[in-house]
Amino acid sequence: MGAERLASHVGRLGPLPKGGHSLVELLVRTGLTGRGGAAFPVGLKWRAVAAASRASAVVIVNGAEGEPHSKKDRLLMSSRPHLILDGAFLGAAAVHAKEIVLYIGEGHHAAMRSMAEAVAERTAGERRLIRIVLAPARYVAGESSATVHLVDAGIATPTTTPPPSHQRGVAGAATLVQNVETLAHVALIARTGAATDTVLVTVAGAVRTPGVLEVDSGTPVGEAVRLAGGPSEPARALLLGGYFGRWVEAADAWSLPINPQALRAMGLSLGCGVLGVLPVSQCPVCEVAGIMRYLASESSAQCGPCFFGLRALADACTRIAERGTDAGDLQRLHRWSAEVQGRGACKHPDGAVMFLQSALKTFGGDFAHHPAHLRRSA
Amino acid sequence: MTDTLLWYTTRGAGAVSLVLLSAVVVLGILSVLRVQSTAWPRFLTAGLHRNLALMTLVFLALHIVTAVVDPFTHLGWLAAVVPFSSYYRTFWLGLGTIAFELLLAIVVTSLVRSVIGQVAWRLVHWLSYASWPVAVLHGFGTGTDAWSAWLFALQAVCIVAVLAAIGYRLMAGSRDPLAAARSSFQAGVDRREVK
Amino acid sequence: MSKRFELAVDRIKCDGRGLCAEILPEMIRLDSWGYPIIAPGPIPEHLMGLAQRAVEDCPVLAIALRRAEAQKQKA
Repeated sequence: MGAERLASHVGRLGPLPKGGHSLVELLVRTGLTGRGGAAFPVGLKWRAVAAASRASAVVIVNGAEGEPHSKKDRLLMSSRPHLILDGAFLGAAAVHAKEIVLYIGEGHHAAMRSMAEAVAERTAGERRLIRIVLAPARYVAGESSATVHLVDAGIATPTTTPPPSHQRGVAGAATLVQNVETLAHVALIARTGAATDTVLVTVAGAVRTPGVLEVDSGTPVGEAVRLAGGPSEPARALLLGGYFGRWVEAADAWSLPINPQALRAMGLSLGCGVLGVLPVSQCPVCEVAGIMRYLASESSAQCGPCFFGLRALADACTRIAERGTDAGDLQRLHRWSAEVQGRGACKHPDGAVMFLQSALKTFGGDFAHHPAHLRRSA
Repeated sequence: MTDTLLWYTTRGAGAVSLVLLSAVVVLGILSVLRVQSTAWPRFLTAGLHRNLALMTLVFLALHIVTAVVDPFTHLGWLAAVVPFSSYYRTFWLGLGTIAFELLLAIVVTSLVRSVIGQVAWRLVHWLSYASWPVAVLHGFGTGTDAWSAWLFALQAVCIVAVLAAIGYRLMAGSRDPLAAARSSFQAGVDRREVK
Repeated sequence: MSKRFELAVDRIKCDGRGLCAEILPEMIRLDSWGYPIIAPGPIPEHLMGLAQRAVEDCPVLAIALRRAEAQKQKA
């Protein structure tokens, strides 16, 4: 699927509408939440940045997509770049920005090409606002403050120094960081005046044709899995929302609605939209240990509790996976989880700990009675 | 009578200042090395380091005042603040003035660290590695009895202690358990043009 | 109503020196890796002196006093 050219985009959807204050109110009314993972209300974020803006704000279009299994952002950039650019210009108008930074993962070559070509098709005035910055291929590189830090100072590590970046971010200016899918939704809302009704998800794991799907909001997870070819073997559970998401038993998962608000009401989250199917044949303890090892290795090593805590948790999971269950290790998992949670500068340790808690709840029996066996490749 | 008293006080206060300064430098190094035991908490090293530094200034003030007031040396007050402005042992005394001013800068910035911030404070604090040798040289160059046995022994002990501490510091490397991982991660995500 | 303060740690500046936990063990303890765990909530009046000392003595200025907001949710 090639990138949609500007002429076709405008022909299909009409010209770029005017943004500004009324759009912000519309976003608040429609309740659009971010699609990068944190699901923060978009209208409220734009209001906050606009309030802090002194007519020199910066918009960062976040296309880093560091989540390993997620492919929706790069696919969107490769196929509908003008929708994303429209959203970015609308954001820039709403927060009085003088600059738009396209923050694209350095490994996403097709996406980079597509976005660059799309920029070249825009007007001179629009082009002048934009620059492209490559995101390092690390998990935290897409985190909000890390994004600002990279664009501002050249290093993609999360920061805590107040004030927050939406008030003082790139070059001291109010900065709006927004995921590419979110901006695409904004571009549609601005034209229709109504809430958005589709969601992008990446179906991954034990399905016949894994990949990105655009589904109607509210579609059951099971339907999305069916559209991805159905499970390639009997499914045990679903990881909803990527590595910072929650595990759900397969039987309970299929009926879950793919709708951010509805999931939030159930205490779940769509997160970055990854639906990972775990087959019965795969040992959940080994799978969880592998993911914990990955998350531990992706710590930016700025905070002791995150770096050492996640490593200790990952090591304990791996010991259970390889040498079998040990009561001491299970206790340690609970104790260290409590020690690590909330004690990092960013949400990386929290995401990992909540992922682990969810695994311990869903696969409690597996963790409690795991035999020793050689680690399956993660 | 008073002349000799002043002279002895100058030399005595100078010697005490050097001993205190050497102890301060050693304690500063022990602080960075996070030295502690069950009987010796880290805040004791930090507290002693700070208090001895303040005491050093007190003895330094005594040393300087008695030296300036002493009619034998013909030093004006200017010599206490402008390096190399005295007729009396111009060079060696000038070193003393420099050491004093460096120390003053270090102590004053430490007292207002929360106002000027950690980065600025640290920059000035590195000067401590300059102030100590300058003070030692001043001691050797200006003391009429620099080569008398007791003073020589005292200075030797101070020098050995500080050099040993510095040697230990150089060999120990960073005591920050995150240092290696942090810099390795940063190197991977550093996209600055000129590093 | 008297002003109440609470302790806040900058997690990136903190490098586990541990002086704060030595000075104010009533409110600060070290985790399994030597980094401070702060008891939540406002600092009791009788511990304010020690809290100030802990803030001043931190070698890297990682801990600070912050106004306690009424009904503030723990971060």
